[in-house]
Amino acid sequence: MECQECNERTATLHFKRIVNGEETIVKMCEECAKKKGFVPYPEDGYSLHDLLTGLFNFDNLKMANPSGNQINQVKDLQCSSCGMTFSEFKKVGKFGCAQCYESFASRLEPIFRRVHAGNTKHFGKIPKRAGSDLHVKRQLKSYKEELQHLIETEAFEEAAKVRDKIKALEKGHREPEAGEDI
Amino acid sequence: MTLEHFINEAISPWMLEDGPDKDIVMSSRIRLARNFANVPYPILAGQEKLEEIREFFENEYAHQSFHTFENLEFVNVRELTPVEKSVLVEKHLISPHLVRHTEEGAVLISENEQLSMMINEEDHIRIQVYFPGLQLKKALEHAFNLDDWLEEKVNYAFDETKGYLTSCPTNVGTGMRASVMMHLPALAMSNQINRMIPAISQLGLVVRGIYGEGSEALGNIFQISNQITLGKSETDIIEDLESIVNQLIEHERTARMHILERSEMRLQDRIFRSYGVLQYSRIIDSKEAARCISDVRLGIDLGIIENTSGNILNELMVLTQPGFLQQYANRTLKAGERDTLRATLIRERLELEK
Repeated sequence: MECQECNERTATLHFKRIVNGEETIVKMCEECAKKKGFVPYPEDGYSLHDLLTGLFNFDNLKMANPSGNQINQVKDLQCSSCGMTFSEFKKVGKFGCAQCYESFASRLEPIFRRVHAGNTKHFGKIPKRAGSDLHVKRQLKSYKEELQHLIETEAFEEAAKVRDKIKALEKGHREPEAGEDI
Repeated sequence: MTLEHFINEAISPWMLEDGPDKDIVMSSRIRLARNFANVPYPILAGQEKLEEIREFFENEYAHQSFHTFENLEFVNVRELTPVEKSVLVEKHLISPHLVRHTEEGAVLISENEQLSMMINEEDHIRIQVYFPGLQLKKALEHAFNLDDWLEEKVNYAFDETKGYLTSCPTNVGTGMRASVMMHLPALAMSNQINRMIPAISQLGLVVRGIYGEGSEALGNIFQISNQITLGKSETDIIEDLESIVNQLIEHERTARMHILERSEMRLQDRIFRSYGVLQYSRIIDSKEAARCISDVRLGIDLGIIENTSGNILNELMVLTQPGFLQQYANRTLKAGERDTLRATLIRERLELEK
């Protein structure tokens, strides 16, 4: 199909125009459409980031008041550490500091769920120093599961060994906590 | 190693090493995003804070070595010329973001160019490790070691349930982006890739062109990476990615055999025409160059073109980028001038292979 404007290139875009209830269909190639101002091409293309900030704004729809009064300030959350507000976060799609995760916690779950296919909990690496407590916790959990399994299978000798490991870990875990400097 | 070297050589030393499935997988990359616990992210931090961070990295890590990553070179992005900046971007040693959006950006690059650590990008720290071929596990292992090494001196922003806290919610959790650069000419030629991309994206993976977000697949080079960083361990993410990449490798090999069996003469014709264009053209734009380079690389892989090294694709892809051409010419060039210089450089480079 030929472009109705230049009659040269193939028409790849179809526009439906409704003026006073009268419908007309225009078929154009991309170039003519651009020239005629039919297509608002963004300069850098549509990035993942644009898509995401779009996602964050989902609750903007709810904020439009049916009576027509614009409610712009529905108690905006603000980060106590860096001062970023939740509306600013939604606009730029970036947190201002690590504390923002705490400050905006009540509004973040749906965002994480959308971005990370329903996931909201970290399952990966734990830093050695910053997460040393967590390392012990995870280790304890895995020992306890092992212990449970050994008891169920009546491997009591093994179970005793694991129990000792748990005790040692719990003991060792408490002591350094007192003089910790992280 | 000096900045001069990073800028003048199109091909990074690690690219010359062998790697599994290197004919299809050009490189594997692991990127970890990390931040200081008590400093605002670069988007909000004041200039002073960012300068402090930059100086910290310069003082602590410049000229240090860690395992195979030797003699880290500290480069202050502000001190680079525009052309030098584009060369580092074209070599994937820094990101366009580091050039465009920060004043206080810096990078530490290892001698073999396998490690680049960006400072004050979107996050305070971005560790990037490259390996030739499909070696995600090895890359992850090295990235983790580096991560532990940094953590000896840096207090990371980390939360028990949310993991590593990053500036963008798309990176929270592992902070890891694993990606693989693949040359898929046969899947592109037979149009199969366009049918595979939607399926791949349903698995939480993203397919993009060679220069990342929004870029097109120049020269049939596709970048495949994980999108999800929360809820899955790094190892699981990598295994998922690797299994998809292995399937793509299989499909690509099958598609190559099909084309070779069904239309060998046409394939030969296409490959040798492209070879001819590269050898004899006087003006060539980057798109045409990328297309021809891809064809020639396929010809080398299939044994149709002999006595030319497969690494030439990697090298020419970088060599023919605008920044690199201008570095070579030692001045800014208009698009027309670039097309002429590009043709000349390619001719000379192929002449060397003879």
